[in-house]
Amino acid sequence: MESAVKDRNAQAPKKPRKGATAEEMSARQKEVSVSEFFVKNRHLLGFDNARKALLTTVKEAVDNSLDACEEAAILPEIVVVIEDLDPKRPATAKSSRYRVTVIDNGPGIVRKQVENIFGRLLYGSKFHRLKMSRGQQGIGISAAGMNGLITTGRPMVITTKPGAKQSAHFIELAMNTKTNRAEVTLDKETKDFPPERFLGLTPGTRQLSREGKFLSEESFRTGTSVSIELEGKYQKGRGSVDEFLELTAIANPHARIVFVPPTRVSQDDADDMLPGTSAAAAEDGKSSAPVQTSETGGVVVYPRGIEELPPETREIQPHPKGIELGILLQMLKDYEASEKGSLYEFLQTRFCRVSSATASRMCSAIGVTSRTRAGDIEAPQAEKLFKVFEDEKLPPPPTDCLAPIGVRQLLAGMLKGVKAEFYAASTREAAVYRGRPFQIEAAIAFGGDLPGDQSARVIRFANRVPLLFQQSACSSFKAVEETPWKNYAMQQPRGSLPVGPLVVMIHMASVWVPFTSESKEAIADYDEIRKEMRLALMECGRKLGTYLRKRQKMRRESERRDVFERYIGEIAKAIHAITGDDAKKLYDALLEQARRKTAVADQQLDEDGKVVKEDDEPFDDDGVIVVPSAIAPVEIAAPIAPVSFDEPKAAEKGRAAKGAKGAKSPEPRAKNAAKAEAKPDSKPAAKAAPAIVTRKDLASRPAPEPKPAAKPSKRFDDDDPRLF
Amino acid sequence: MAKKTNTSGGGAKGGVKARDAATQQKILALAQEMAKRTHAGREPLIQIPTRTKSNTIWNKKRGILEMGAAVAERPLFDLKTAKQFMQTMLHASTIKDLIDAGKTSSLRGVFYKAKHTVAGTKENTFDTQDESDPILEDLEVALAALREELHIFAENRGSMVGNITIVDKGDEIDCRRMGSGGYALPSIVEPDVIQFKKCEAKFVLHVEKGTVWNRFNEDRFWEKNNCILTHGAGQPPRGCRRLLQRLNQELGLPIICVLDNDPWGHYIYSVIKQGSISLAFESSRLAIPEAKFLGIRAKDFRECGLDDAVKIDLTDNDIKRAKEIAAYPWFEGHRGWQREITGLLNNGFKMEVESLITKDISYVSETYVPERLKAKDWLE
Repeated sequence: MESAVKDRNAQAPKKPRKGATAEEMSARQKEVSVSEFFVKNRHLLGFDNARKALLTTVKEAVDNSLDACEEAAILPEIVVVIEDLDPKRPATAKSSRYRVTVIDNGPGIVRKQVENIFGRLLYGSKFHRLKMSRGQQGIGISAAGMNGLITTGRPMVITTKPGAKQSAHFIELAMNTKTNRAEVTLDKETKDFPPERFLGLTPGTRQLSREGKFLSEESFRTGTSVSIELEGKYQKGRGSVDEFLELTAIANPHARIVFVPPTRVSQDDADDMLPGTSAAAAEDGKSSAPVQTSETGGVVVYPRGIEELPPETREIQPHPKGIELGILLQMLKDYEASEKGSLYEFLQTRFCRVSSATASRMCSAIGVTSRTRAGDIEAPQAEKLFKVFEDEKLPPPPTDCLAPIGVRQLLAGMLKGVKAEFYAASTREAAVYRGRPFQIEAAIAFGGDLPGDQSARVIRFANRVPLLFQQSACSSFKAVEETPWKNYAMQQPRGSLPVGPLVVMIHMASVWVPFTSESKEAIADYDEIRKEMRLALMECGRKLGTYLRKRQKMRRESERRDVFERYIGEIAKAIHAITGDDAKKLYDALLEQARRKTAVADQQLDEDGKVVKEDDEPFDDDGVIVVPSAIAPVEIAAPIAPVSFDEPKAAEKGRAAKGAKGAKSPEPRAKNAAKAEAKPDSKPAAKAAPAIVTRKDLASRPAPEPKPAAKPSKRFDDDDPRLF
Repeated sequence: MAKKTNTSGGGAKGGVKARDAATQQKILALAQEMAKRTHAGREPLIQIPTRTKSNTIWNKKRGILEMGAAVAERPLFDLKTAKQFMQTMLHASTIKDLIDAGKTSSLRGVFYKAKHTVAGTKENTFDTQDESDPILEDLEVALAALREELHIFAENRGSMVGNITIVDKGDEIDCRRMGSGGYALPSIVEPDVIQFKKCEAKFVLHVEKGTVWNRFNEDRFWEKNNCILTHGAGQPPRGCRRLLQRLNQELGLPIICVLDNDPWGHYIYSVIKQGSISLAFESSRLAIPEAKFLGIRAKDFRECGLDDAVKIDLTDNDIKRAKEIAAYPWFEGHRGWQREITGLLNNGFKMEVESLITKDISYVSETYVPERLKAKDWLE
């Protein structure tokens, strides 16, 4: 170290360090194109690593497809194909080359817009308007194409058919990152839409297309197909393409999605398979119910759950309370440039919730007439106007611009994707943050196959798009942590997620979802948003709490029955020993009383409204589904053998032997027969009963397979704490 | 643990004695009541006087603790009490069998007799003796019958020597000739079991535990001072307390206690004097309002000139306990006791009786107690 310093000092008598001159520096100063910026900062857009790049590419293309279909009022049908272009790579390869193709049945794209949509960053229809849509920035798909181009040098291939009777355009285009413009390398007309190549891709696609369920001509009269080649990594588990499509299907029950995965899954970490989702179930080969996710020769089909498009959403003007001063100034300038109208007109047409009366009141408040031109408003007056905006009492922005998923569809989606015993959902009224309307929905699933010893799983959506990363940065995650789950009979370590067999889903619908970054992974933490989320969760939580308490109460009831009936034999014998009363008669009288007592207890529950008619609808609530067959069996003590009073000694020995073997009594009493339904081993009973009891249209869904008797009903141990 | 079953004395074999007949009648009435309720479709329930502090009344006039009138119901069809109800009925039946057979049994014996698997299940009627003993006490109060009337006894505990001859189940016992061990105090000392035959003793010296008793016995204290010497192995059991009460009431002997100078010693004295909360229903049979507390006193450290080594620091728990005892209604208005407990707290340490040994091995038996007796220096 010291010698190094010396060495430097030895060479020291050199010319002093010379800085660059302003002229020299100016020669290097030049504009940075957005494309160049994002080439260097791909991670901001979700292309951090090979695995995520593949997911983001799929996600951007699917989002665009769904948006396009909905805007054109077409029930979306989307095919996602991931082809492995290097299937012979060594097993240890970190990444591989894939071709992602997303084909939709949307309206197609007019030829002259293709370059702009796919070849330019920050070009789109969605940025400049306030309308609920999945995309909002105009970065997504072009960034995906750019990423593909950078990693493989291959251009995007687009086939689009804008009219049923027109032929399709086949275009290959690459982005010039210097100019942020597309360069078309191939442009021809073709009849090949939907692209025939995919029909014979795998045995699964061949079979499905024979059945007319894959890229059929009728379904794809118009549409767009986008192919991007990229370096990626295909794995299952958390943050995978599979999870994304799974969750997309939950939030978009009106869409049919077909996924053709690559033939080879990258090795390692296939372990974090999501428990309790149907993808996980598919692995077990369990889920084959018709309206649930199905698999044919490796092709996964997420069926359409509901034949109904979400209501059309309206585009709205900004709300005066939601803009900033600089934006107001810019809006005034823009208005002057395009309309040259009066401030009075400007206020009414460029904002929502400003009536003619409000507009003239605002004009007079800043001391101008209703005829004053917007362009004549000086900065100080604009500032004044801005203050007026803040002080004026205005109705909140209209909410018909939002299309929440809806309680029914939320439940349908959850039911399709998550295997549980209890589902609840709730949709809040629309609310406003920074002048922008938004609406929060929440749904929870509890019990069933979900793991009971882990933290709850939170699944998040913004405008029906699943958010897979940065969970803890997300407002919704904080809302889940803030919700007082302990009040709803759940465990919750202080300030963290509840623990138990729980899946929590949160959806935010808004004309502008405030993401924390361009990759749209987490919702920014606005107080108004978090509060609404918490309230929605609390609504669901209350339903869960009611259900759990009811379930616990029912469990206690059956315990009570057991406890009473267990002791009366002993009591009858003891009284007989003292008074000589007939033990059998005593026993029967006590048994009758015990039955009556528990019946009375049940009745009281009814009056409290806590237990509802057990046979038809366990819950009189739209936002709740209970799947009785998925309920973990009530742990019932071994049936009590009928007491014999004849030969005490011999009978006792006999009983002891029976008890040890756990044999049932030869004639099960009425109680046991009634309980049989709840028992896991009574499969026929569970099958016969409708598995889902709620609104009729949901009731028509097929029952999830009753669980095999995996958990044997446990007997009471001697020191069972539940007794007292 | 005593597992033997003694044949009860006297005429038990010839026929059920009048007292046993009364007890039998009480058990029968209880069971009949349950049968009647059962057949009438009413819920069987047992009424049990509560043995808690809130149901304990200080009878200032008699100077003893008495049980109040509060009664707890033990219904069958209640999850909290269903098992206890069954256990109570089982023990009632067990006791009936004992009386029928004219035998007595230890608490543990009764526990084992009623312990079996509940028919048709894997559950035991009783799991531990800790479950069984309180049920028997419940029955005592519910039937208003004493333990010996239920033919149940506890272990022998405590010893006695002195100038007295007694008869125990017909055997004459000269307590002057008990060697070093003394006469072991049985748990049942009622007049039908034990009679006093000849007594020259003028008082009873009751000490806290066996080690101190041995000192006094070895020094022939009872011979020199013409008294009876007893100990109760700490908190004296019912047999010991009952015998002391009989000596006090039937023979008019003063009971003088030598206990440790700590809250525990004060509490033992309190129990001997006015009875305990859990056995308040037996106070009239057990409490000795005239009992006297001779020592060790808080002042003795100074008065006897004891060494610093004998001090044992008071724990937080001791201090809490001392304050509780000071607040007992029977100590509350007593200036001597208030001063004594304040003295203990001011000392900040406690002393055992053995601390007097630091002066001389026989200081306690040859100097301390005789001097205090002579000076009548005691607390009442």
